[in-house]
Amino acid sequence: MDQNSFFFQAMVYLASAVLMVPLAKRLGLGSVLGYLLAGILIGPALLGFIGNEGEDILHFAEFGVVMMLFVIGLELEPELLWRLRKSIIGLGGLQVLITALLIAAVAMLIGLDWRQSLALGMILSLSSTAIVLQTMNEKGLMKTAAGQSSFAVLLFQDIAVIPMLALFPLLSVQQPVAVADDNHTRTLVEGLPGWAQTLIVLGSVAAIILAGRFLIRPVFRIVARTRLREVFTATALLLVVGIAVLMSQVGLSPALGTFLAGVVLADSEYRHELESDIDPFKGLLLGLFFIAVGASIDFNLVMEQPLLIAGLVLGLMLLKALVLLFLGRIFKLGVDQNMLFAFALCQVGEFAFVLFSFSLQEAILPKETVDIMVAVVAISMGLTPLVLLINEKLIQPYFGTKEAEPKEADYIDEKNRVIIAGFGHFGNTVGRFLRAHGVGLTILDVDSDRVEVLRKMGFKVFYGDASRYDLLHTAGAAEAKLIIIALEPPDKRLAMIETIKKHFPNLRMYVRAENRFDAYDLMNAGMLHVYRETIDTSLRMGVDVLKNLGVRSYTAHRAARIFFKKDESNLKKLASIKDEEEYINTAREYIEELETILSNERKDNILGNDMSWDEESLIEEARSKMKEEKISGTK
Amino acid sequence: MAKLLILFAHPALEKSRIHKGMIRHISQIENVTMHDLYEEYPDFDIDVFKEQKLLLQHDVIIWQHPFYWYSAPAIIKQWMDLVLEHGWAYGENGKMLQKKKVFNAISCGGSKEVYSPTGRNRFSISQFLVPFDQTAALCGMLYLPPFVVHGTHRLEKGDIELYSLQYEQLITAFTNDRIQEEEWKSVTYLNELCPIPESIKS
Repeated sequence: MDQNSFFFQAMVYLASAVLMVPLAKRLGLGSVLGYLLAGILIGPALLGFIGNEGEDILHFAEFGVVMMLFVIGLELEPELLWRLRKSIIGLGGLQVLITALLIAAVAMLIGLDWRQSLALGMILSLSSTAIVLQTMNEKGLMKTAAGQSSFAVLLFQDIAVIPMLALFPLLSVQQPVAVADDNHTRTLVEGLPGWAQTLIVLGSVAAIILAGRFLIRPVFRIVARTRLREVFTATALLLVVGIAVLMSQVGLSPALGTFLAGVVLADSEYRHELESDIDPFKGLLLGLFFIAVGASIDFNLVMEQPLLIAGLVLGLMLLKALVLLFLGRIFKLGVDQNMLFAFALCQVGEFAFVLFSFSLQEAILPKETVDIMVAVVAISMGLTPLVLLINEKLIQPYFGTKEAEPKEADYIDEKNRVIIAGFGHFGNTVGRFLRAHGVGLTILDVDSDRVEVLRKMGFKVFYGDASRYDLLHTAGAAEAKLIIIALEPPDKRLAMIETIKKHFPNLRMYVRAENRFDAYDLMNAGMLHVYRETIDTSLRMGVDVLKNLGVRSYTAHRAARIFFKKDESNLKKLASIKDEEEYINTAREYIEELETILSNERKDNILGNDMSWDEESLIEEARSKMKEEKISGTK
Repeated sequence: MAKLLILFAHPALEKSRIHKGMIRHISQIENVTMHDLYEEYPDFDIDVFKEQKLLLQHDVIIWQHPFYWYSAPAIIKQWMDLVLEHGWAYGENGKMLQKKKVFNAISCGGSKEVYSPTGRNRFSISQFLVPFDQTAALCGMLYLPPFVVHGTHRLEKGDIELYSLQYEQLITAFTNDRIQEEEWKSVTYLNELCPIPESIKS
């Protein structure tokens, strides 16, 4: 592909996405359907901007799925995985087994060979990780019982692809056709005996886990120390791509490998930063993947046999949905959750495209069948957002929301009530004080060495630039009650305030200020809680000096308090004055005023407003009474 | 309609069941201003001007507090020392508070019996409150009998609710000018004007 046509292609894809996705979202259809529609629009059926290369794009864009699983892994802690083990193996295992057998049985009834039927059953039992998770995330359903169950099933399916790939050669009806498919033939392990293959596979899984534990974190620490964002992003991408390459070399699913790496890194301090770095790539590639799916629907074929294809799609989805409903029932999902679960997973997934091309190459299924089935799979994927929409709008209201927001809130437990940005001397004093009182803290910091040390001491600290929207978002800014902005550079603080005002308007901000002028800027940016670094300390020092010079301790202390209050209220007034000249005049005025207050206090050697402790008026009254008595006495 | 100012003082409100209950019951009543001194002045730096302005805006002043060492928590004393200025509250020209009503609303651990000549505390509550009584007198105010919750350590949840309700009734009656001079002059505790079952009075 030369450069011009590459740019033209890129333009077509991006333009279709930019056009269709907001439109679909506007209509309440969700982004996945938007991408699919964009694909159909530019595909051979309508505008014809892309033709056969759609399939290549599909292979390339499958990398989006790999990245998605990495990000999912990052959000999953091993304990959660362990907690879900029953759903993953039980629910997932039974779903694949029962669905595969039922589909195979139907296929045999139609008259297919048993081997072909079994292959079909296995391929069609899978669901689409990309569509389901993307849609559920968008609708905020991941934390529900249905969301967790769907996730468990999808995870099992992703793992099940590996034995399926291993099983397929055994199902071959005739000698494999000699097609050179780069995707599957040239692996490292090919030609080795079975035990060696197994050993290598297990070895590479162990390698990923060990590297994640002991190698990747120090590497990220060194890279983070360079303070170059793009190098960090490059390292994150290298990690994902590297694992994908390693996994395909040993014949494992790249998605599984990156998922594993994600889980290993889930409790690392770089988790949020990795997530926000990979996220845009993941999103774009997934979008591209959905576009490719949309474009690969062969509408000519559909037009030729509309009834057959419609029947296959509906029959297949119905069958899968029934199996899911049955299993949901057994695993005690509520009725409304069960409906959601069944509707969400009733399509066929993207792995089907891989497995179909594999089965073609292993000569299990004839080309005509595969062509029809690819169309069926693509259509079932395209229908998923619609089916979910029907469930949401028509079926759920009928059942009522019995389990609208279930109690499982621990999916991401870093969503603490208070976020501290910047954990230097200022931030860590506030942080330690709050932690001593049992306040849950999420800490964001850019100093990788400090992050490391603090984590060792048991703090929950994350590495990243706190003025970035995505990091704030993943740190739970939407759920947090307030945020303490204790970053060192003043411009970073202002940038952070702008981000928060724009995206998290309900988050209360407590901001550190360097000095008076910095405080003015912050106040003019609308901040109500501004804390100057030096004011309290310097006054405390002043009090000690006064005491040392012989002033009574309580008097000195009170004087400092009055000074502080006056200074704070003057600060507020001054901040509201924007006119430069006026500012200078008034500043002088306030300094003069301050001088007067202080000199008055010194002159009277008493606190200006505490009249009651000043006995002058009492003495005066007593003296005048004495005089009166004297006068009356002499009379 | 009379306006009431509650000068509330409790250094650890989070640990007090009875005061939380009492406050909850009166906070929504019209013409009642709740003024939490420890919350407003954690550093004891009382804003005298603000406090005097508040006093002028109200007709009935209530010191609501636990009965610490036969008196009020420290901030009430600080408040009296600073706010009741010579030449403003008392003295030849100090007539700003005249004719305003004032009383203490207190909680104490001991029963009514221990606050008697034969009891452990030897004196009655009213005797212990003499400094408040005389402060009010010097300022030309009318000092009313106290509202007292006795035996707070032994109160059940339901008892706290009853006492809080009694307090609410009393405060409501004051806002509506329903309590006449001959009535409050005839009782030891204001509680007697809004009776509750004998069984819980410990």
